[in-house]
Amino acid sequence: MQQIKHIFYKELKDYFTSPIAYIVISIFLLVTGWFFFMAFFLSNQASLRSFFSLLPFTFAFVIPAVTMRLFSEEMSIGSYEVLMTLPVSLSDIVVGKFLAGSAFVAAMLLPTLAYPLTISFVGNLDWGPVVGGYLGAFFLGSAYTAVGLFASALTRNQIIAFIIGVLVCFSLTLVDKMLFFFPQSIVQVVGYIGADFHFQNISKGIVDSRDILYFASVIFISLYGSALAMTEKK
Amino acid sequence: MIHIEGLTKYYDDFCAVDNISLDIRKGEIIGLLGPNGAGKTTTLRMLTGYFQPSSGTIKVKDFFVSDQALDVKRCIGYLPESAPLYHDMIVYDYLCYVADIWGFTSEGKVSRIRKLSDLCGLENIMHKTIGELSKGLKQRVGIAHAMMSDPEILILDEPTSGLDPNQIVEIRKIIKDIGKEKTIILSTHILTEAEATCDRIIIINKGKIVADGTTESIKQSEEEGSSINISLKDAEFSTVESVLKSIPNVMEIKKNPSDQETILSITVHVKDAKDLREDIYLMIKKHDWIIIEFYQERHSLENIFRTLTMES
Repeated sequence: MQQIKHIFYKELKDYFTSPIAYIVISIFLLVTGWFFFMAFFLSNQASLRSFFSLLPFTFAFVIPAVTMRLFSEEMSIGSYEVLMTLPVSLSDIVVGKFLAGSAFVAAMLLPTLAYPLTISFVGNLDWGPVVGGYLGAFFLGSAYTAVGLFASALTRNQIIAFIIGVLVCFSLTLVDKMLFFFPQSIVQVVGYIGADFHFQNISKGIVDSRDILYFASVIFISLYGSALAMTEKK
Repeated sequence: MIHIEGLTKYYDDFCAVDNISLDIRKGEIIGLLGPNGAGKTTTLRMLTGYFQPSSGTIKVKDFFVSDQALDVKRCIGYLPESAPLYHDMIVYDYLCYVADIWGFTSEGKVSRIRKLSDLCGLENIMHKTIGELSKGLKQRVGIAHAMMSDPEILILDEPTSGLDPNQIVEIRKIIKDIGKEKTIILSTHILTEAEATCDRIIIINKGKIVADGTTESIKQSEEEGSSINISLKDAEFSTVESVLKSIPNVMEIKKNPSDQETILSITVHVKDAKDLREDIYLMIKKHDWIIIEFYQERHSLENIFRTLTMES
């Protein structure tokens, strides 16, 4: 547990001591802000719905960029060998890195709280869906972080890790919108795999155990996959 | 301290380490020698638990590396080749991070880092980014990293590769200092380094141990006779040859090319490892030749290394 904490702090500190954090956060805020306020004035409604409906797509691109270095960099500079010969277990490393990534995503979401605050001044904002939306966004962000971490564990090249991460996250986002491509018999299963479907449920303010279970399983499978991929490298 | 038995590692079809068995006692400084690709790094990596061996067992103290990896890691300080540390961390932050992982308290951490910085000479670079350091300085940070927990066993993979002669001397001194209390295993392909720092030398080639022992014992076991170089002034080769041939155990006398015409340079090959210097000197004295040079050539570690690793 102690070791997870140390790795978590180190990784999180790494984000904020290098320019990546600030660049990624700026891009994220720019993109979400632009799309949100474009639609906001047209629809003339005091809600964050358009923000949350676009969030899975932005996340699918931004989060793999955040996570791509977590394992790839360690492998390409060789520091993984140093880390693995310190008294830490692989699961400590995987969980520590995952938590650092999730914390970074949370930090990235934090400035967007300015949107509901501003809106609540100009209109009558229903806070229920907003709280649900941020909860869902945190789950979704964590799930994508885990996927990105897995992609990063697969290769020592950060660009490839990024592309794999985007590919998987984007597919998870889109798959439940492509249901008409799938045969009738598996539509239900495929629909359940879609991350966006579960995210939209939570962001409506309905916190269902099935949706939470879904995100928890994505996280667990990805982290387990990362651990396997790293063991395989020995 | 360390007991290795039947250690083998395959990379696909390539056998990097072939059935190595080894016992390492407490307090030894061991030099692992071998040409490039001999399996030095692979052996060390398996020792630290970073690589899984294909077969064979490694026991460090009372722990098996295969299933008590964490306990083993706790006894070992390890510095991989070329010190691959995080580039964008500051030296002090990095050492703090390592100290945290080893479970130091915050006061213990500071005093430990101070001690290591004295030992490895890091005072002036504490605030620098690791990526900006020169190779030698980085290597020192790496040694501080490996020493953090004051481990009983220190494993250093090519600790002096790529350093300038002054830095090499410094690192060697550090290793010698540490080696008074610790078991150290270091790999190198610089022979003089192994000779200068190690108590025991293990030469491996193509994944197999080809020699194991102190520098002296390796030299002796490989010695098939010695040779004596003599330079004489104003002497005829033919007379010298006939005179020296009369000494028992002299096998062959060869004339070496010489720069000056008046000086005769010869090499006397002696059977077995007998020291014939006294006999030869007396013989020369009898004939009143003037000795310009007179020395016995010992088989150097270089020669032995070459014969052991070039064969087949």
